[in-house]
Amino acid sequence: MNLDFSDDQKMLKEQVRKFLADKCPMSVTRRVLDGDEPYAKEVWKGLVDMGLTGTAIPEEFGGLGLGALELCVIAEELGRAAAPVPFSSSIYLAAEAIKLFGTQKQKETWLPKLASGEMIGTVAISEGTHAAHPRNIETAFSGGKVNGVKQPVADGGEAGVVVVAVNTGGSGEQAVSLAIVDTKAGGVSSEAVRTLDPSRENVTMTFKDAPAEILGDKQGEGWSQLSRILDGAAVLFAFEQVGGTEAALEMAREYALERYAFGRQIGSYQAIKHKLADIYVKKELAKSNAYFGAMMLNDEGAELPEAAAASRIAGSDAYVFAAQENVQTHGGIGYTWESDCQFHYRRAKLLALTIGAPIQWKEKLVSRLEAKNAA
Amino acid sequence: MDFNDTPEEAAYRKQVRAWLDKNATRKADAKGMELPRDLDALIAESKAWQKKKADAGYACITWPKEWGGGGGTTIDNVIYSQEEANYLVPGGIFAIGLGMCIPTVMTWGPEEAKERFVRPAVRGEEIWCQLFSEPAGGSDVAGLRTRAEKDGDEWVINGQKVWTSGAHFCDYGILLTRTDPNVPKHKGLTMFWIDMKDPAVEVRPIKQMSGGSEFNEVFFTNLRVKDSQRLGKPGDGWKVALTTLMNERLAVGGSQGNADTDDLIELARDTTIAGEPAIRHGGVRERIADWYVQAQGLKFTRFRTLTALSKGETPGPESSISKIVAAKKMQDLGSFGMDLQDMGGVIRDRKLSPADGAYTEQWIGAAGYRIAGGTDEILRNIVAERVLGLPGEIRVDKDLPFNQAPKGK
Ligand SMILES: Cc1cc2nc3c(=O)[nH]c(=O)nc-3n(C[C@H](O)[C@H](O)[C@H](O)COP(=O)(O)OP(=O)(O)OC[C@H]3O[C@@H](n4cnc5c(N)ncnc54)[C@H](O)[C@@H]3O)c2cc1C
Ligand SMILES: Cc1cc2nc3c(=O)[nH]c(=O)nc-3n(C[C@H](O)[C@H](O)[C@H](O)COP(=O)(O)OP(=O)(O)OC[C@H]3O[C@@H](n4cnc5c(N)ncnc54)[C@H](O)[C@@H]3O)c2cc1C
Repeated sequence: MNLDFSDDQKMLKEQVRKFLADKCPMSVTRRVLDGDEPYAKEVWKGLVDMGLTGTAIPEEFGGLGLGALELCVIAEELGRAAAPVPFSSSIYLAAEAIKLFGTQKQKETWLPKLASGEMIGTVAISEGTHAAHPRNIETAFSGGKVNGVKQPVADGGEAGVVVVAVNTGGSGEQAVSLAIVDTKAGGVSSEAVRTLDPSRENVTMTFKDAPAEILGDKQGEGWSQLSRILDGAAVLFAFEQVGGTEAALEMAREYALERYAFGRQIGSYQAIKHKLADIYVKKELAKSNAYFGAMMLNDEGAELPEAAAASRIAGSDAYVFAAQENVQTHGGIGYTWESDCQFHYRRAKLLALTIGAPIQWKEKLVSRLEAKNAA
Repeated sequence: MDFNDTPEEAAYRKQVRAWLDKNATRKADAKGMELPRDLDALIAESKAWQKKKADAGYACITWPKEWGGGGGTTIDNVIYSQEEANYLVPGGIFAIGLGMCIPTVMTWGPEEAKERFVRPAVRGEEIWCQLFSEPAGGSDVAGLRTRAEKDGDEWVINGQKVWTSGAHFCDYGILLTRTDPNVPKHKGLTMFWIDMKDPAVEVRPIKQMSGGSEFNEVFFTNLRVKDSQRLGKPGDGWKVALTTLMNERLAVGGSQGNADTDDLIELARDTTIAGEPAIRHGGVRERIADWYVQAQGLKFTRFRTLTALSKGETPGPESSISKIVAAKKMQDLGSFGMDLQDMGGVIRDRKLSPADGAYTEQWIGAAGYRIAGGTDEILRNIVAERVLGLPGEIRVDKDLPFNQAPKGK
């Protein structure tokens, strides 16, 4: 049995961690949150220069040809730093989607650009403040054109390529296809949408006769493709969540050691000790689920759907809880703009929603378990 | 045991309703209308409304008429609040002053202070804030360091308060200071009322995680106050502060403007889980049920307290559960409301989000509410120690002179 990363993977992780500790302290996240930059360009450039964007993209398309496990260790560090960069949209989502389901030509067109970081990609699924589903996706594709509005779209304002969930007619899940839209080809406009975490850009994206082609060239498979894409992303997001949980826990622990109330360190009170212990418990459950998810993702294992859902549920639970209780441990200072607690508070909830809320994933998980159980 | 109005209560309710109908807009008819978002405008509107209420005897209903109150009963007050809740009227900015500060002045202040301050506060002409918490301690408020030193007939105050809600628009405040650092911490405190507009008082707004700035840092540099501004005896400040804090526990617990189970039912009707209406989903139904039960539990706990008050009895300790439940519910319900919106739940825009964006705002605001006015942890300690009689945790600083007690940074 071996449920651990290799020494090379650990070295990569260490390298990313050092880079981000140096170039992406919380002051950078704060700068992006406070300002108008869509993301921290110098951090992105650094990640690109390290070759990280091409990690899991095959060599023939300009990447390093490494696997999902390498992406997982990178994700954990991006999460720890609450890094304000479009890595998840461009790599875990757009690049993976094209890599998994694109035609040879689509891969040749887009993957080298995403691998080299010269272009950012994203996916566009949501159409407002409700869950997207085959029955309610209104953005339509016909005659090579996409029409409709997607909201919110992470990193949409910067994206050169967008994989869009579209309605192509037909019934049930067959109604959905994924379309690739080149945002420079016209018909696409973006407007920033205010979110709870302004350190990550989100937009409302409007398509008006935007030229597009179907991902993989076969219509009606979008929903199942999306399901696989989101499973992979769920594992990677879970690593970000584990990294974020660890960072929030560390903040809370440090503060509990230095803050005194009633003549004692607040960390000497069981209310605080047990709170931090509870975060730790959730974090370890999340981490172990994420490790199994990583293994399934890397091997394209049969249990990927369950493992991905479990990773997502545990990761979301751990990070949101840690972020909330980190503020609580800090008392009044934790609720200020000045404090760094807010970055985890925002990011935790953003990550828990961006590729679908936990309750949707719980439903998916149990449906999957049910189907297995019946088989 | 019944909720029916007695004939007198029914008459009072009718009178209240008629007055409100004449002077305010029902929320049901107020579609599209809202209270001002601009602070100055909100203050002006709040003051105007408070004055109207005072003129009609609906401000501080249970307080004696000679103080500007309504001279009514606890039940009158309940009836008025129930009715007013149906109208779009400003509230809130007087809560700390009338709920906590003025009762402290009324209990401990010299006659002249009561004469001077109670009536204008009731009428909304002057607003008060509570200057207790300091950088070194909010839970451990008795560990405060702001110094007041006697100089003839005056006291000279130096130090800093923090998290003072409303200090930026308040006229007066009650200020807890250390007057003797050589005795154990609870024994060396003294309370004063102060003029917030004194040039020796500097108010600096603090930006909150929510983006708003409702609380402040307040600095005192050689602030001189007269001995007649003292509330209670020198060294009795802790006893005086407890009056304020007891009232705080009665004052908190409201959750105006937050989404509740009714909103959640509406949201669950408009959203889906795995393509099916969220309202049909067992997980959603269970959460709604749990939160409804919590809300009812709090409401009727409050009714039990009010019943005791109206009979002239001292309410039991049950009211101390209120904020423990309300604050966490506010956070969790907000969070869940965002979850029902799925990927769109990240949007923070009143125009785009359901319930005017209430879910996100309350999820963020609850992070502060779980801390303000006694943290979740401190409130649980209070239940365990004061109500259940469990021994307190070891207190290394309690009997030491304040200047020898261990302190962090
Ligand atoms: C099913 C079962 C099987 C067992 N098998 C064995 C066995 O094979 N061999 C054996 O030697 N023993 C065995 N035990 C005993 C077990 O180890 C003790 O019951 C356990 O350690 C608790 O000790 P206690 O019963 O004295 O309770 P106490 O230690 O008195 O605890 C009472 C309560 O106080 C809490 N508490 C105590 N100290 C603290 C603290 N510092 N902070 C916070 N809370 C505290 C505890 O959590 C508990 O809730 C078994 C117990 C059970 C229930
Ligand atoms: C929105 C808001 C408005 C406020 N308005 C006012 C105001 O108008 N006037 C005013 O005076 N103050 C105000 N406060 C301050 C508030 O009362 C304090 O923030 C609160 O009491 C906590 O104190 P602290 O911030 O110093 O945290 P600390 O006391 O340092 O607490 C830090 C952590 O330690 C825990 N802790 C501390 N002691 C213990 C213990 N013995 N056992 C277990 N856990 C413990 C706390 O629960 C918390 O999790 C406000 C605060 C907020 C957030």
